[in-house]
Amino acid sequence: MIRVITALATLLLVASAATAQDHSQHATPVSPPAQSPAADPHAGHVILAAPQAADPHAGHTMGPPSQAPDLHAGHAMPAQSDRHAVYDMGGQFVGGPPDVPASADDEGQPRQPPLPPAALSGPAHAADAIWGADRMTGARDILRRENGDVRATAVIVDRLEVGFGDGEEGWTWDVAGWTGGDINRFWWRSEGEGDFDGEAEGEVQALYSRAISPFWDVQVGVRQDFRDDGEDPTHLVLGLQGLAPYWWEVDTAAFVSTEGDLTARVEAEYDQRITQKLILQPRVEVEASAADIPELGLGSGLTHVEAGLRLRYEIVKEFAPYVGVEWSRELGGTADFTRAAGNEPEHTRFVIGLKAWF
Amino acid sequence: MTKRVASEMVNPSRRVLLRGFAGGTGLLAAQGLLPAWAQSGSAGLRSDLPTLEGPNVRLSVGHSPFTVGGRTGHAITVNGTLPAPLIRLREGQTARLSVTNTLDEDTSIHWHGVLLPFHMDGVPGVSFPGIRPGETFDYEFPVIQSGTFWYHSHSNLQEAMGHYGPLIIDPAGADPMAYDREHVIVLSDWSFLHPHEILDRLKKSPGYFNQSRTTLSGLMSGEDGMSLADRQMWGQMRMDPRDIADVNGTTYNYLVNGHGPAENWTGLFRPGERVRLRVINASAMSIFNVRIPGLPMTVVNADGENVRPVETDEFQISVAETYDVVVRPTEDRAYTLVAESVDRSGMARATLAPRLGMTAEVPPLREVPTLTMRDMGMGGMGMGGMAGMDHSAMGHGMDHSAMGHGAPAAAPMDHAAMGHGSMDHDMRNPDNAPAGMAVGVGVDMISSDPANRLGERPMGLEDVPHRVLVYTDLVSLAPNKDQRPPSRALEIHLTGNMERFMWGFDGRKFSEIVEPIRFERDERVRVTLVNDTMMAHPIHLHGHFFELVTGGPAGHQPLKHTVNVAPGSKVTFDLTADAPGDWAFHCHMLMHMHAGMFNVVTVRPLDGAAA
Repeated sequence: MIRVITALATLLLVASAATAQDHSQHATPVSPPAQSPAADPHAGHVILAAPQAADPHAGHTMGPPSQAPDLHAGHAMPAQSDRHAVYDMGGQFVGGPPDVPASADDEGQPRQPPLPPAALSGPAHAADAIWGADRMTGARDILRRENGDVRATAVIVDRLEVGFGDGEEGWTWDVAGWTGGDINRFWWRSEGEGDFDGEAEGEVQALYSRAISPFWDVQVGVRQDFRDDGEDPTHLVLGLQGLAPYWWEVDTAAFVSTEGDLTARVEAEYDQRITQKLILQPRVEVEASAADIPELGLGSGLTHVEAGLRLRYEIVKEFAPYVGVEWSRELGGTADFTRAAGNEPEHTRFVIGLKAWF
Repeated sequence: MTKRVASEMVNPSRRVLLRGFAGGTGLLAAQGLLPAWAQSGSAGLRSDLPTLEGPNVRLSVGHSPFTVGGRTGHAITVNGTLPAPLIRLREGQTARLSVTNTLDEDTSIHWHGVLLPFHMDGVPGVSFPGIRPGETFDYEFPVIQSGTFWYHSHSNLQEAMGHYGPLIIDPAGADPMAYDREHVIVLSDWSFLHPHEILDRLKKSPGYFNQSRTTLSGLMSGEDGMSLADRQMWGQMRMDPRDIADVNGTTYNYLVNGHGPAENWTGLFRPGERVRLRVINASAMSIFNVRIPGLPMTVVNADGENVRPVETDEFQISVAETYDVVVRPTEDRAYTLVAESVDRSGMARATLAPRLGMTAEVPPLREVPTLTMRDMGMGGMGMGGMAGMDHSAMGHGMDHSAMGHGAPAAAPMDHAAMGHGSMDHDMRNPDNAPAGMAVGVGVDMISSDPANRLGERPMGLEDVPHRVLVYTDLVSLAPNKDQRPPSRALEIHLTGNMERFMWGFDGRKFSEIVEPIRFERDERVRVTLVNDTMMAHPIHLHGHFFELVTGGPAGHQPLKHTVNVAPGSKVTFDLTADAPGDWAFHCHMLMHMHAGMFNVVTVRPLDGAAA
C-alpha cells in the first residue's frame, strides 16, 4: 500500500518534470522578425496620412485600396488586396484592417513621440477651477482608492483533518490568512498536530509578504514553535511562496532559530480537477536541517518527507470536505532519533478533513 | 414616415388580465418597480411617449428591493426602478437633469456617450466632486448629438447594483433610419452577491466563478476539446484557457429591461413593421452575443452614431456598447431575442411577438469557447495545435504575423517552429512594450505578436453557421468631420495579472498615481491599444468619439465611445481631442476598472486659456 502511494505521488512529480523536459526539447528558437530597419526607426510611428480603402460593402468587390504613402517603410507590408479579399464561410468580409505597427513589431523599445508642448499647458486638474480645489482633492483621493487600491482579508483552512492508521490517531491543522493589497500583505500561518488526549504541538508564523514578480511573493517574519517537550524554539523566517509552472502551488521557507540552527521546508500541492467539483490534490512536503539538532530530534540533511493524496468535493468553492491518504517518513539521523525515542519513523494514515476559505 | 400609436396594439382588458395573473406569481410587485417602457409587455416607444423628458428631468438615487427569479435582493436605483427611467432628449435642446442623492454615500451620474462640457460628465474626482448624501446636483448641458446612449453611476460599484438606465436623444431633423416602432433593450447582469463581495472573491480566487474549467474527465471524454499537449502548454504558462468571463452565470442573472429569462420581457410588433431595437449593454462584467433566430437584423447605429446599414444574424455587444438594429418580422409569430453570455454560462432572453403571452423556442446555450494562442497575443503562432481555432482567423493571423514581419508565409504554420520552451521568454518580453511601461508584478504577459482582430469574428462565434457582425463591417454613415491625418501616434498597453486580479494601463494601476494621458486640444492622434491580457477589455473614452481604423471607406471610419479589445489583440483608433478638460479613460468591465484599469485623459489648453 505504502509503495503504491509513494509510487503514485512520485509518478505525478515525474510526470510534470517530464512534461517540462518535453517542452524544452521542442524549444526551437523562434526566428527573430527579419525586418529591414527603416531609415528612421520611428518612421512607422508618425502617421502621415489616413489610410484609404475601398468600401468593403460595395457589393463585396474590392478595388485595390490605396495604402497611405510610406506608412511603415520598414515593415514589409503585404499588398492590401491580399488581405482584404478574405471572406468567411458565411460570405462575410473578414479582411483585416491596416496593420498599424506596435512595439512588438520593433526591435528594442521604441520611444513614444514627444507630446506637443501645449498638451502640457494649463492647470493640472481642470475641474479645480470650477468646483474648488478643496472638494476636488478629496474626490480625487476617493477616485484613486476606488481604482486599484483594493484591500482584502482571507482566512484559509488548507487542511483540518483527522488521521488514523498504524495504530495512531490524531488530528492535523494547517491554516493561514492574509490581509493587505496586491503587493504588500501581512500573512499568518499555523500548523501542527494533536492527539485526542488534548496534547498538541505545532507552530505559528507571522510574516510580511511582498509580491516580487507576477507569481511569487517573498515573505519574512518569525515562527514560534510549541512542543510537547518544552523546547519551544523561535525562528526567523525567509520564505518564497507562489505558483510554479503547471499550477503547482509552492511554499518554501528557511528558518534560523534563536539557537542558530538552520532548517528549511518545501511544500508543493497541485489541484487536478476530475470534474468541476471533484478535485484530486497531490501534496508533498520535504524538510531539512543544516546540522544535527539533538534537542529537537533532528539529524543533518533531509529530515522528513510527506506525500499525500486528497480527494475533495467542492460543495461550494469555499467549502470542500475530503478523504485522503498520507505517507510520511523521518529520514537519516532524524529517523534514528525517532527510533531512539521509541517511535516509528514511518507512518501511513488515512485522513478525513476539510478545506475551506473565506 | 409615420410612427404608429403603440398603445393601440395592446388590448387593455387583456393586459389587465395578464397583470392579474402576474400578481398571483408575485410579478405584480415587480411591475410596479419598472418604468412603463420596461414592463413585462411593452408596446414599444414613440418619441412622444411619456417618459422622462425635458426641459427638466428629476432623478432620485436610492435603495430599492429588486426581485428576479423569485428572489429579492438589494439594489441601488434611480427613481426606484431597475433599469432606471428612460430619459428622452432632443438634439438642440438644453438638458437640465437634477439628481438627488438619498443614499448614505456619494453618488454620481455619468451620461455615457454624450458629448458635453467636461464638468458635466459626472465622474467624481475627474469632472466634479460627486453628489454627497442629501445633496441635489443639477446637470445642465446643450444636447448636440442624437442616438442611443445610457447613463450610470460612476461612484464605487453602484452601477453593478442597478444604477443604470437608457438615454435616447432624438435627432433635430428626420432620422435617416426609417422605422415604425422601437423598443429599448437594456441588457444587464444582476447578482445577489454584493459587487464588493464579488471582487473580494476574485482577489482571493480569480477562477472563483468559473465552472467550465478543463478537467480530467473532460480530457478523457474529449468534451474539453483540448489535447493533452495544449493543456500542458497552458499549464506551463499558468493560464486558464477557459477563463472567458471573470464573473458569469454562476452568480449572474442576465436581464433584459430588468427581467430574467423566465420573466420573459416581451416587445410587441405588428407583422410587417420595421422595428428598431435599441440594444444597450449596461452590464457590469458581461459581454453578450445577441441574435433573434429566424430574423435577420440590420445594424443601423453603433454607440449612438449612424452607420451604413449592414445586415447580420448575430452580433457581439461588449460592456457599455450600444447597437441599434432594425428587424422586420413579417409573420404572425413570436421570436426569441437571445443574448448569450460570451462564456455560455447563461443568457438574457426576451420575446418579440404580435401579442402578449406568445413565446418562441429558446435555443440552448452553445458550447463553451476555449482560448487560443491568438488570445495570448501570439497572433499567428501555434494555430495548428490549438483547439477551438477557426480557419478564417488562422488565415488572417498568417497575414499579420508572417507578412508583417516579412517572414515566409509558411512559418507560423510550422508548429515545430513554435518552441514551447521559449514561451516563457516571449510571453513577457519588455521589448514588446513601450519603454515607459512598468513591467512588474501587475504584468503577467506582454503580447509578442498582437494581431489586429477588428475584422475577425468575436470570441465563440468563429464557426457559427450564419452571418456575424465584425467591427470592420461598421462604416460611418456621415463623413468623418476631421479627416486630417494624425500628427502623432500613441501606444497604450492594457495589462493585467490574472492570478492576482490586478489590472491597469501600461503596467500601472490608477491607484499607483499615474501620469495622465495628455493631448493637445484639437490634436489628431492615432492611438493603438495593445491588449497584453487574455481577457477582452471594453475600453471607453469619455467626452469623445474615436474613429476605429478599420481600413474601410476613406473618411467614413466608424465612430465609437467604447471598443472591445479582444484578448491578445491590438486596436487602432484616430482621435481628434476636441473636448478640453479632464476625462476618464477606462475599461468598462467594472471589476477591471475598480482593480486599476483606469486613467485620466487631459485635453489642453482649456477654454479661455491662451493657446
